[in-house]
Amino acid sequence: MRRFAELYEQLDATRATGRKLALMVDYFRDSDDEAAAWALYFLTGRRLKRLLSPTRLKAWAADAAGVADWMLVSSHAHVGDLAETIALLFDDGSAGDPELVSRDLGAWVAELRALAQADEAVIGAQLAAWWRGLPLRECFLLTKLLTGGLRVGVSTGLATRALAQALAQDENLIAQRLMGDWQPDAALITRLRAPPDAGTVASQPYPFCLAAPMDDAPADLGSPSDFLIEWKWDGIRAQLIRREGQVFLWSRGEELLAGRFPEIEAAAMALPDGTVLDGEVVCWRDGIRPFAELQRRINKQKPGRRLLDEAPVRYLAYDLLELGGNDIRDQSTRQRRQQLDGVIAASTAAITISPLVSAEDWATLARLRTEARSRGVEGLMLKHADAPYTRGRRRGIWWKWKVDPLTVDAVLVYAQAGHGRRSNLYTDYTLAVWDGDALVPVAKAYSGLTDKELTQMDRWIRQHTIERFGPVRSVQPLQVFEIAFEGIQQSKRHKAGVALRFPRIHRWRQDKPAAEADHLQALHALLDAVTPS
Amino acid sequence: MAGLIETRPEGLYCAAGDFHIDPWRPVPRAVITHAHADHARAGHGVIWCARESLGVMHQRLGQAAPIRPLEWREPLTLGRARVSLHPAGHILGSAQVRVEAREGVWVASGDYKRDPDPTCTPFEPVPCDTFITEATFALPVYRWPDPADVVADVFHWWRQAADNGQPAVLFCYALGKAQRVLNGLLAHTGQTVYLHGAMTPLVTVYRAAGVAMVPTEAVSAQSRDHDWRGHLIVAPPSAAGTSWMRRFRGATTGFVSGWMRVRGNRRRRGYDQGFVLSDHADWRGLVDSIRATGCQRVLATHGHSDTLVRYLREHGWQAAELGTPFEGEADG
Repeated sequence: MRRFAELYEQLDATRATGRKLALMVDYFRDSDDEAAAWALYFLTGRRLKRLLSPTRLKAWAADAAGVADWMLVSSHAHVGDLAETIALLFDDGSAGDPELVSRDLGAWVAELRALAQADEAVIGAQLAAWWRGLPLRECFLLTKLLTGGLRVGVSTGLATRALAQALAQDENLIAQRLMGDWQPDAALITRLRAPPDAGTVASQPYPFCLAAPMDDAPADLGSPSDFLIEWKWDGIRAQLIRREGQVFLWSRGEELLAGRFPEIEAAAMALPDGTVLDGEVVCWRDGIRPFAELQRRINKQKPGRRLLDEAPVRYLAYDLLELGGNDIRDQSTRQRRQQLDGVIAASTAAITISPLVSAEDWATLARLRTEARSRGVEGLMLKHADAPYTRGRRRGIWWKWKVDPLTVDAVLVYAQAGHGRRSNLYTDYTLAVWDGDALVPVAKAYSGLTDKELTQMDRWIRQHTIERFGPVRSVQPLQVFEIAFEGIQQSKRHKAGVALRFPRIHRWRQDKPAAEADHLQALHALLDAVTPS
Repeated sequence: MAGLIETRPEGLYCAAGDFHIDPWRPVPRAVITHAHADHARAGHGVIWCARESLGVMHQRLGQAAPIRPLEWREPLTLGRARVSLHPAGHILGSAQVRVEAREGVWVASGDYKRDPDPTCTPFEPVPCDTFITEATFALPVYRWPDPADVVADVFHWWRQAADNGQPAVLFCYALGKAQRVLNGLLAHTGQTVYLHGAMTPLVTVYRAAGVAMVPTEAVSAQSRDHDWRGHLIVAPPSAAGTSWMRRFRGATTGFVSGWMRVRGNRRRRGYDQGFVLSDHADWRGLVDSIRATGCQRVLATHGHSDTLVRYLREHGWQAAELGTPFEGEADG
């Protein structure tokens, strides 16, 4: 564990991509295959299932460290990370028990999984012994494993590149072999070392092509005829695989969606074997339905008859990656699209094609884009007609041209300290709009301010606190922020009667007094305007 | 809570002696605990402070400041109050203020620490009824590593930078922390360390007070094309990100502060390396010091005073928070 804890700390301490890459390459070169596989597991953002709840961990930790429960809560609010809080509480500067420190990561995971099944008293005593026996860095890592919250600040792409370099393999090949499910064991590294023609597993998806956001004028991109243009659907991105008589539906988070969307899986059985589609799962009844309706299906492992009737889904296919068992990603978008038309023509209503939007010029498209919200879509997608299907987000291949967000001016009423990089800075804001002469909260928003502005606001919040409720402070209602959001829905769970989708801080309206912030009526008017009839 | 010392808009005030402690607005009579800017302001009629702090105090408040130095424990009578100063161990000349009158014995700690620091007289617990304590780091996650180990880490980091052919720029507060690090480095090296302009006068004052430090030279005294690779440069945090930094091309940066104990702070500040060394007491230091005074009542100010107050109440003390307008991250 020492070596991985050291790598974790080193990666955490640097922001330079080149340095991160070098650190990972060194680690992979030094490690045996099993240790490399476990490191890869965490570096590519995979997580262990949470083994013990934070509530239980807090109780055991407070007890073992001899501090009151509320002190652990205050410390946690200040530090912003439970595992770090616990590690700091137990740190006495000692080097720790060498046996615990040198135990392999894989062995630790096995120990932790076994422990999670034991009696309360046994767990408490064992955790206390480990917390006391591990030095700061290792104690932090162990507790992160327990909470299932171990995250390393590197992208999957960078970890993949590091491994490819360490194994002297092609990066694209490694990326593809790492898609989907795999176990972190020595056999994985053996498979990754295999020559390129070694073949793949039936269920294995291709790495997704991702769109870059388009902020500038589209006219700079050339003619609209250089692009295949579609609506940007508000659903979930998914890859549909039909191979060896089976069907696999993968989410963009590389989660197998088996059983959740039976109508799509059934329809996919009619596709020719050796077909892989890229597309979007949406809720559809005489047209696309709001995302909230799809949400009901996403959360349901095995939907019942009634839910299937109330919230039917369909797969809108927009790309073809494999045909007749051949990888056709190197062909141009236009060629792939032509073959996609042929494949989808033979399918049923649960799988249809995402239609192309045609327009002579950018002005027409810009006008269509403004209709996005009333059409229930997020904007337009522009895909370069001559480009291949690439891995990850590469500029110039796919563009997403999203509709401008909705905005409202709201007043800061509560603030809470952030997490991670923003721990012990008051950066998480609750914002409210006027309802008569009362302020009613409408959103919690985090990002959008610069570090300098955040520090400035942190000071202001501390000096204008009315009351403290644990980690939360209520503040004098004086600061106005413009919040941007993607959508608005009716909600019985929110006091304001509306819920905003993806709210974030757009601008600090230092020019605006609180009295001139928006009223709830303005939000209700927006709601009426965007709700499809 | 009726008592000897109360909070006024100008700062802490003792009516029995008609004087203020660390006032932030001009007052006729001020007792100043130490020379940091949030405690030592100019413009008072008369200033009493510890003789040990005389040099730094004049450096900060001007040579003409109306200062009357006091020896440690030297009695001073103001009105019907008996006042004396006792070492706080925070920086050179930092003092606790003991005030005695018929209301009892009160001690205002100012800022203090308990870890060893050869650059100033160590903290002495002063028996009292009411103790006004700082609470900058009053959370049990704040537990300081051995200062000697931290300075060894700084030296190791500097050596590493030298091996990589990089300048090493170490940020720390110009008064107290910088001199503590320069003193600690003597255990490892006799090599010259270079100073930002804001550091030089304070290092000079410390040397005049007899504090031993590694040799130092001003960055500004070096030629324009000076090769900084492998050198250690000490600068205040305000110099980070300024054009002054441009000359140290490819430098690795470090920051010395108690706040570096928490990963979120290390990441947010964007330094390559954080070193946990503070001139304030850690959690245990606070609780041990309060216990050592034998006081029945504690008034807590700065930082996490709410945590400290609740803890003390649960453990049999009378305790309350004392507000100051300086809430936020004090120098650590």
